Amino acid sequence: MTVTLAALVPALPALGAAAGLAAGRRAPGFVRPLAVLPVAASAVLALLVALDLGTGRTLDAATRLTPTGGPAIDLAIHLDGLATAIAVLVGTVATCVQVYSTAYLRDDPRYPSYAALVSLFTAAMMLVVYSGDLIVLLVGWEVMGICSYFLIGHHWETADARSASLKAFLVTKLGDVPFLFGLFALGADAGTFRISGVLDAAAHGHLGHPTLVALLLLAGVAGKSAQFPLHTWLPDAMAGPTPVSALIHAATMVAAGIYLVARLLPVFLLSAAALVVLAVLAAVTMVGSGLCALAQDDLKRVLAYSTVGQLGYMAGALASGDRDAAVFHLLGHGFFKALLFLAAGVVIHAAHTNSLTAMSRMPGLRRRVPDASWTMGIGLVALVGLPPLTGFFTKESVLTAAEHAATGEALTRGLGPADAVPAAAGWIVLVAGAVTALLTGAYATRLWLLAFHAPAARPVVSALAPDDAAGGRAAEPHAMRWPLWVLAVPTLAFGVAGLRTDWLPSLLDGGSLRPSSDTAVLGTGLAAAGVLVAYTAWRAASRQVARAQADAANTALERAAAEHAVRPAGTQAAPEETPADLAADLPPARPAGAPPTHEAIDAAIAAAEAVALTPDPARTLLGPLLTPATRGFGLDRLYAAVFAAPTAAAARLARFLDREVVEGYVQGSGLGARLLGAAVRRAQNGNAQAYLGALLAGAVVLAVAVAVGT
Amino acid sequence: MHLAYPAVLAVLLFSVGVYGVLARRNAVLVLMSVELMLNAVNLNLVAFDVWLRDTLHAGQALTLFTITVAAAEIGLGLAVVLMVFRNRGTADVDRLRDLAENAEPADGADDALPAGHPGPSRAADQEKGRAAA
Repeated sequence: MTVTLAALVPALPALGAAAGLAAGRRAPGFVRPLAVLPVAASAVLALLVALDLGTGRTLDAATRLTPTGGPAIDLAIHLDGLATAIAVLVGTVATCVQVYSTAYLRDDPRYPSYAALVSLFTAAMMLVVYSGDLIVLLVGWEVMGICSYFLIGHHWETADARSASLKAFLVTKLGDVPFLFGLFALGADAGTFRISGVLDAAAHGHLGHPTLVALLLLAGVAGKSAQFPLHTWLPDAMAGPTPVSALIHAATMVAAGIYLVARLLPVFLLSAAALVVLAVLAAVTMVGSGLCALAQDDLKRVLAYSTVGQLGYMAGALASGDRDAAVFHLLGHGFFKALLFLAAGVVIHAAHTNSLTAMSRMPGLRRRVPDASWTMGIGLVALVGLPPLTGFFTKESVLTAAEHAATGEALTRGLGPADAVPAAAGWIVLVAGAVTALLTGAYATRLWLLAFHAPAARPVVSALAPDDAAGGRAAEPHAMRWPLWVLAVPTLAFGVAGLRTDWLPSLLDGGSLRPSSDTAVLGTGLAAAGVLVAYTAWRAASRQVARAQADAANTALERAAAEHAVRPAGTQAAPEETPADLAADLPPARPAGAPPTHEAIDAAIAAAEAVALTPDPARTLLGPLLTPATRGFGLDRLYAAVFAAPTAAAARLARFLDREVVEGYVQGSGLGARLLGAAVRRAQNGNAQAYLGALLAGAVVLAVAVAVGT
Repeated sequence: MHLAYPAVLAVLLFSVGVYGVLARRNAVLVLMSVELMLNAVNLNLVAFDVWLRDTLHAGQALTLFTITVAAAEIGLGLAVVLMVFRNRGTADVDRLRDLAENAEPADGADDALPAGHPGPSRAADQEKGRAAA
């Protein structure tokens, strides 16, 4: 019974995708139900399977798919707490995304194919999660790759989306090639592609080349889960629609890499070198992405870099040998990151821009999207990791794992000996995790302040505000609001699931996920410090901006007063409207004499608005690092120089060879035939007797040749 | 009789036929020369049939075939010549040159046009002619 249900979990969204594609043009009315219902049913079934399986049990079922000469390929299901828990997350997030998309892409002409691809994406992730065979897992893995290509390139009219989708595809494929060889090496070593068989072989030490296998697999994981140095596709993937970002960042795609390492962690534990490499990758990813997130102007890119950083936490937990912490963080992060992206979608929808700079000049945004701003606040607090939200517990579990690994008693939960994890890996992850906690606090605070705390409404703008407020409800359709609150609940409360060993940990490998007091104090303290630093920097920056605006306004007023000094002040301007009041904490310096005229005030307002400064704390915080961090530390340019430029040069060479050399031969043969034809055409003079004479001469020549030859 | 006599005669006949085909201008005479060549071959066939003492007389049988085919051929050929003469008023092979390649090199575009279809250049020429008229 469970096997049937479990098989339906990936099958239903796949069938829904096929049906949605088929219905697309002919029956548009069915597209929305076909998008939402199969995914929702799959989510419910995933929950049922999780409940039915319960804790501490595993379920293996298989049918032989292809007898090969070597290790056979089975259509296998391998269910345990790890798989069922992640499947529930995937189902929940995918359902929320589908419901949200019905409103977000309401007027999109390509909605049917979009919804079908999201369903297929979900199905592929479910396949990865449930699969008990590495080759079948690879199928789901690659289907996700191609779905992400299509979904990121959804707005293919724009060059950004096209290049982003190509980039995502190529970069992940770059990792997938070593990954494929890693799977083959693993299958050859273990003699089977079944995950249970591989884990058995790892447990009994039958794997011949664990380091090679682990490093090859890590390349694929780095590509899929956006770890340094293959993370560059993820920030660019923001060119896709926002719900797709939520899906990619929270539940599917990037989670697949972490899941795979968690699933095969016993193999990785056999190789200390692979764990150290993973720890270094995670550390570089975490810190680098934190700095980049602090400098980005695009709201979604900030969130994208934060995803990269949080994935770094998960990879760090895995490098510390604790897959429970990694999966715990994966689940918690899945909920709050989906929430953040969906809320960001609402905000962008309302603000009509992605740019934080533009939002920071947009007063009243918070009032126009109340649900989104509330849930986004919840999500950001969870992201920063302040107690008692989910992020606190999940991040602290990672730091605790790193702390244990650093002291040499890694929490491997019985998957391997505790000394399998080198202490260096623990230290690297612990230090990087602490620094990242600080950075996370800073960039989350910056995001919140810039997006929702525009300086006090100016007279001109506040006059427009009531109109905006009237249209505020329209900015948040129901289908876009309710998924936010559905996801806000686990964001608030999911963290407690790790507190007692018979709750979430019993579903995984057992053991405690309770944060240790040292790291809890350290992590929370650093996160709070990050928040405070960012807030202080923001206060200083906004005071500077206000002062610059006030100066500009006063200069304009003085100039106007000087011009109108000869004229009596005929108009009464209310002093409250004087733009110098913009700077509330500055003494309003007004030119002495007559009250300013309307024209003078208008000129002053214009002058103040011309001071296009943003109270961006990043400038203060990052200092000289700001420009490199904005550009992702030039990694894209490096890749362009190292990989893209040689490829383009090779393409130009191939073009030259094709156009000039090969085509030269082709054209030459045509030209030769034409010239020959022109020569032969001369002979055709219409005199039949001349033809016959030539024929005879030829016959004679042949006869003589034969006669002489014999 | 020695084989050489009919063979030499056949060679002479054939040579006369070849000369006639290549050099005569009248189409009827060309056809007659073809007949001469055919009959030279017939003579060869009969002579070698005898010389080889073929019990099945394949050479003679083949000669009969050749005579039949030649009769049919000359009938058709004369009919064609007659029709040509009626149409053109001449049976001079040298002046029947409709299948000659034009002196001007034909371009691909002109080749693609079906015969008789007034191409753009021809239409332009007609316009020019009308204007001149």
